[in-house]
Amino acid sequence: MLSRVADSMYWLSRYLERAEHTARVAGVQLNLVPEQPAEMNAGRWVRVGQSLGIEELGVERLGMSKALDMIAYNPASRTSVVHCVMSARFNARQVREEISSEMWEQLNRLYHQVVVAAPDFLSDADHLAFLDQVKEGAQLFMGMTDSTMTHGEGWRFIELGRYLERAQNVARLLESHLASFKVDFDNPGEEPDALSYPEWIGLLKSATAFEAYCKVYTPAVVPRLAADFLVLSDRFPHSIRFSLDRVYNALTAITENAPSQRAQSVVRVAGRQRAMLSYSQIDELIGQGLEAALASMREECAAVHTGLNEAFIGYAVEAALGG
Amino acid sequence: MSAANTGLKRLSPFKNYTLPDCWDEMFAAPFQVRPHYAALQERMESMAPDEMKRRKQAADLSFLHQGITFTVYGKSEGTERIFPHDLLPRIITAAEWARIEAGLIQRITALNLFLGDIYHEQRILNDKVVPRELVYTCPHFRREMRGVSVPRNAYANVVGTDLVRVEDGSFAVLEDNLRVPSGVSYMLTSRQVMKRIFPALLRECKVRPIDQYSRDLLATLQSLAPGGRVNPTIALLTPGVFNSAYFEHAYLARQMGIELVEGRDLVVHDNVVYMRTTAGLRRVDVIYRRIDDDFTDPLSFRRDSILGVPGLLNAYRAGNITLSNAVGTGVADDKAVYAYVPAIIRYYLDQDPILPNVETFLMTDAKHREHVLARLDKMVVKAVGESGGYGMLIGPQSTAGERDAFRERVLANPRNYIAQPTLKLSAAPCMVDSFEIEPRHVDLRPYVLFGEKVAVAPGGLTRVALRKGSLVVNSSQGGGSKDTWVLND
Repeated sequence: MLSRVADSMYWLSRYLERAEHTARVAGVQLNLVPEQPAEMNAGRWVRVGQSLGIEELGVERLGMSKALDMIAYNPASRTSVVHCVMSARFNARQVREEISSEMWEQLNRLYHQVVVAAPDFLSDADHLAFLDQVKEGAQLFMGMTDSTMTHGEGWRFIELGRYLERAQNVARLLESHLASFKVDFDNPGEEPDALSYPEWIGLLKSATAFEAYCKVYTPAVVPRLAADFLVLSDRFPHSIRFSLDRVYNALTAITENAPSQRAQSVVRVAGRQRAMLSYSQIDELIGQGLEAALASMREECAAVHTGLNEAFIGYAVEAALGG
Repeated sequence: MSAANTGLKRLSPFKNYTLPDCWDEMFAAPFQVRPHYAALQERMESMAPDEMKRRKQAADLSFLHQGITFTVYGKSEGTERIFPHDLLPRIITAAEWARIEAGLIQRITALNLFLGDIYHEQRILNDKVVPRELVYTCPHFRREMRGVSVPRNAYANVVGTDLVRVEDGSFAVLEDNLRVPSGVSYMLTSRQVMKRIFPALLRECKVRPIDQYSRDLLATLQSLAPGGRVNPTIALLTPGVFNSAYFEHAYLARQMGIELVEGRDLVVHDNVVYMRTTAGLRRVDVIYRRIDDDFTDPLSFRRDSILGVPGLLNAYRAGNITLSNAVGTGVADDKAVYAYVPAIIRYYLDQDPILPNVETFLMTDAKHREHVLARLDKMVVKAVGESGGYGMLIGPQSTAGERDAFRERVLANPRNYIAQPTLKLSAAPCMVDSFEIEPRHVDLRPYVLFGEKVAVAPGGLTRVALRKGSLVVNSSQGGGSKDTWVLND
């Protein structure tokens, strides 16, 4: 497969995953605002900015409308939902012949829905409807991808983009949450106080994990168990471990087709991270410092990103000719 | 004649058809259908009045859903449009086709010999059959190609020659397209649509198939691999999704099962061309390039081009890669060189041209120029290096101001212009927007492949000037197309 085509597949799904995640996080926060007291709402959008890795939001104390503009609507903001959908479509357009027409038409539909959104005229309810539309549109696209596209090399690159982005998003989400809502892990059974309890539910909902968590642990949200679920669950599709399993599987499948020294090295990075997550227990990670562990997971994800680019896409010509 | 076979039936869709002031493809005289169109007429008269309309709408929808569109430049919104397609086929008899086919093969053979000659010995220039200055002043003459040999001495491999049928019913060559002719995907997809709409009629008329085109194109490209390499890797080089013919590029690549590449997918190392794949660099042997000479290599031609591949021309000159069509073929479809093609055919093949040229006046010739400038309102003036219907003056349809502007341009740069008498292109019945049937002018672009073998796809693209009275058939200027049927006798 052409490197350019693989690259576009990777980015289109990465951007779409990012759009979906951002829309979900923003929607959860909008739902928290009406019932939480002023002291909890103060600095909310700064926290959101941190959880999404948006530095501009972190340094300034922005109001909700300004923040929503940056997070959701402004096409010039590189982190906005609209920008992500536009970028996903741009990449899909480059490989229109390689993806199914169902996929192209769905992404095109989503694009036309979001580019007309004008935040100035929207009420809070409209914001939520907009964000729901994006989540649903992205999920439809991914469903169509799985059911209408050959699960070959191109599809593997789509998997890579989706799950690498997801692992990083969830790691950053939990990391920034832990920084804002300090947890006393020395008392492992303790539940959060009444004020921060809704914020912990919000955390789980931001990763579509609340219902799944309840099925295992009941709605009593214990920080240690929530962290265990988000980081180490082997079955929940938004956990970091689950995501990195998928990344590893995609990489080994691609490497079977395209074996090279460079490919081996990125598989090694992903495999090491996967093994760490498979054989770790949450108490060990807490013992080492959970925030630092999450930061290092994000760095490993970034290393996989760089590695796959060097292995399959932007490799140096001389290196490729040498073997 | 009885009413039944003169087409005077009460409900005939042709009952209001007025013969045009030129050769009509379907009718020899009012209500007198030409024999090879009789089956079509009968079929259409047997259809309920609304049926044609419904079939037309079904066909348009089918084109839209398949994304058979082209891009209109200079408009930001709605830039993708379907190529207007007329349902009534244009029909050519076996005898007519035999002559066209022989004429095209003769012409392409001679033009390839001409290209090989001017880039090597230049016998034809030394013998003063074609003026040396004419060739050297041609903007598409590539000095870089002097002394460079190409596989099988085949320069123009994929050719689309524009033919017109003039008043006496004979065909003449209007233009040779030896660089990157387009439109063949419309020929192929339009037949697919017609098969669904007129399946019985196609069978009854014994229309020759054209499905083999993609296979023939692939075979032609394979036969041009450097050093006769077997199982060569072939790629189609496109400028990208923003190009007006991107649909065609993607369509042909898919039909042939070859990679569709952009300039940034290719790298040149030690004069060898590779494409970047996820499994590493893969050597490429033949590039079917759908970008102009000027954009192929920023090191050799336009430095500002980001579509091409740095170093490609050196790899080409080193004989490590075949570009098809070859670099520098544009010199042979220059509109001033065109005037010499009959002489070129006689010179290399010692034969009379089977397909005549249209009478052409060179503006570099003082007598010709005087003659033309005195009757600009009756002439068509064309810039020699342009295509797509751009840069031309159609005398009878021009204003005095436009003629004055062209007069000045011609006088300022005579080498850049030629003139031809305004031709009465033949017309064929078309279903117009109101669903009435009216005559519209048509031309014919058959597609010729020239590699190990020469193959002409039976028929080609019939282009239609859909605006009433218009003589311009280019898609960029409001033209459409018709399926072209060549009959088996």
